[in-house]
Amino acid sequence: MKETPLSACERDFILKAIEEKKRLDGRQTYDYRKIKISFGTDYGCCFVDLGQTRVMAQVSCELIAPKESRPNEGIMFFNIELSPLASPAFEQGRQSELSVKLNRQLERCLRNSKCIDTESLCVVSGEKVWQIRVDVHMLNNDGNLMDASSIAAIAALCHFRRPDVAVQGEEVTVYSPEERDPIPLSIYHMPISVSFSFFQQGTYLLVDPCEREERVMDGLLMIAMNKHREICSIQSSGGIMLLKEQVMRCSKIASVKVSEITELISKALMNDKTARKAGGRCGFAESMPQERITALKVDETPVETADVTEKASTIIKEAEAPPPTAPSPVVPVPGVGQVGLGLQNTWGVEEEEELEEFSSGDDVEEVTKMEEDERKSTKDDVVEISDSEEEEVVILQPEKPQKAENVKSSFHQKGAPSSKKKTKQKP
Amino acid sequence: MAGLELLSDQGYRLDGRKATELRKVQARMGVFAQADGSAYLEQGNTKALAVVYGPHEIRGARSRALHDRAIINCQYSMATFSTAERKRRPHGDRKSTEMSLHLKQTFEAAVLTQLYPRSQIDIYVKILQSDGGNYSVCVNAATLAVIDAGIPMRDYVCACTVGFVDETSLADLCYAEESGGVSSLALSLLPRGGQIALVQMDARLHQDHLDTLIEAAMTACKGVSKVLDQVVRQHLQEGSTLRE
Repeated sequence: MKETPLSACERDFILKAIEEKKRLDGRQTYDYRKIKISFGTDYGCCFVDLGQTRVMAQVSCELIAPKESRPNEGIMFFNIELSPLASPAFEQGRQSELSVKLNRQLERCLRNSKCIDTESLCVVSGEKVWQIRVDVHMLNNDGNLMDASSIAAIAALCHFRRPDVAVQGEEVTVYSPEERDPIPLSIYHMPISVSFSFFQQGTYLLVDPCEREERVMDGLLMIAMNKHREICSIQSSGGIMLLKEQVMRCSKIASVKVSEITELISKALMNDKTARKAGGRCGFAESMPQERITALKVDETPVETADVTEKASTIIKEAEAPPPTAPSPVVPVPGVGQVGLGLQNTWGVEEEEELEEFSSGDDVEEVTKMEEDERKSTKDDVVEISDSEEEEVVILQPEKPQKAENVKSSFHQKGAPSSKKKTKQKP
Repeated sequence: MAGLELLSDQGYRLDGRKATELRKVQARMGVFAQADGSAYLEQGNTKALAVVYGPHEIRGARSRALHDRAIINCQYSMATFSTAERKRRPHGDRKSTEMSLHLKQTFEAAVLTQLYPRSQIDIYVKILQSDGGNYSVCVNAATLAVIDAGIPMRDYVCACTVGFVDETSLADLCYAEESGGVSSLALSLLPRGGQIALVQMDARLHQDHLDTLIEAAMTACKGVSKVLDQVVRQHLQEGSTLRE
């Protein structure tokens, strides 16, 4: 399904707000959204919430034959799935540009940086090695899928335990988790990616763009680092042109963010470890917050009342005088009271009315003029509530019986041949 | 390849170059008569062929048309005989698609697409022999092809791959150096303004060395731009003398 295009005024609004250093959700330029990391019941399953963006990573392993060029190294395989579950703009099955881009970025970030010791994954050199497969599924897309995926992937890899293997001569025994405790992977470092979005040809920069900001941005710079301040990958995308100083500045910001996020991941892993040891419940169902309103309490908002009296008096002084009150009701005609001035009919209907009346005949001309006057005054004086086009509203003026009769008759006269036209004029 | 010394004590690399030396660049423009623009470029042992068609009407999905500029369609492929082992899938795999996206991104920044609304420019690049620095050679060849086609650009787009070994930056990596686990940075630059159209880096590099590495890349790109400029001027001279 094609994405709903972003309206021009929404785009202008977001860009204008960015120029004034404001973001849609009230964050600062370099702030990340709230990151929440939770683990599933199985080892190697990790859920990451980056604001509203939800991502799930699952690690699994398999014994296969190694590549010919590297007979004593294990294999890492990464796969990112973009399904319509995350966003209706993603199409099922088709490998879109975004999917290729994310896949390649994750591969380069995790595989080329050699964060995992692949030689320890070798069981029998040249015959059997472990293939570690990381599947990342997008559950909800609210911008910045790359960062969320990298956090989920590395956290899942840290969380994963592979089965224990014993090699005795020619025999290879793979122990199930019940026989022997599974062992964790040996991870050298944790590369985390940080995304920077550029606006207005590189003048403005935002960290961790949300979905709306991503639609409006000119380009994206992704820097993956670990907490030892080693850059694992840099990738710029989108048609922007950067300057060297911008890249350097981004790398400095990235190092700060990465250390914070690494802290978060380590803490989450610790919590999960203790929870499992204590035998507590863990898993996806537990990680969903129970959203129930159990009490409604509004904090007292402190209000500055020190200079209220001064402020009030200045406001009163500077305020305009209230508008003059309407004159007391005027009685133009006995039995009729008029309050305020009537409004000019702005529908242009009076001109129409005049034309029609002139065309309908000479004998009614005199009556016409009177009628117009009557009509105008009636419009001023009497408010007709009925909007019905079928009803003919007859206005009676009791103090001028002759005129009233004329009016009445003329109304009826008019009414007969061109009722539709006339009833339109009644407000 | 643990035994190979990428930078010897005397400062010589595997192929005898110094650290900041680029490989020999040889190029030819106007190679094909059929295409609007074409170029063949050799950088050391890496050979690439670039062909440009356009600007022309958008083929296929009309919905892709942009009302205010041209779209650039890039395709990168490697000949099956280009690598040491025969390549089974020359295009359509993830690496080629990613490379095509990067080329598209690079040229979208450089070509003045606002001059051709609702049209399409096709850039096809094929690697005939791969010896490292594939992306850079493609970008350089495509620049020449775009110039040959007469499509206006902001500046030459020059690219170079640099690596970092033993506290020194090596310019223009060859295949042996690239696969030796050196942290490599590919950069494409518009030399006059010093604007970076694309930056891509793999493998670990300490943050403190990033500055020197980018500087080295920019210097190398400026060197490449001088060579490309010479090639273009020579081609134009030959063309004009023939017409006389």
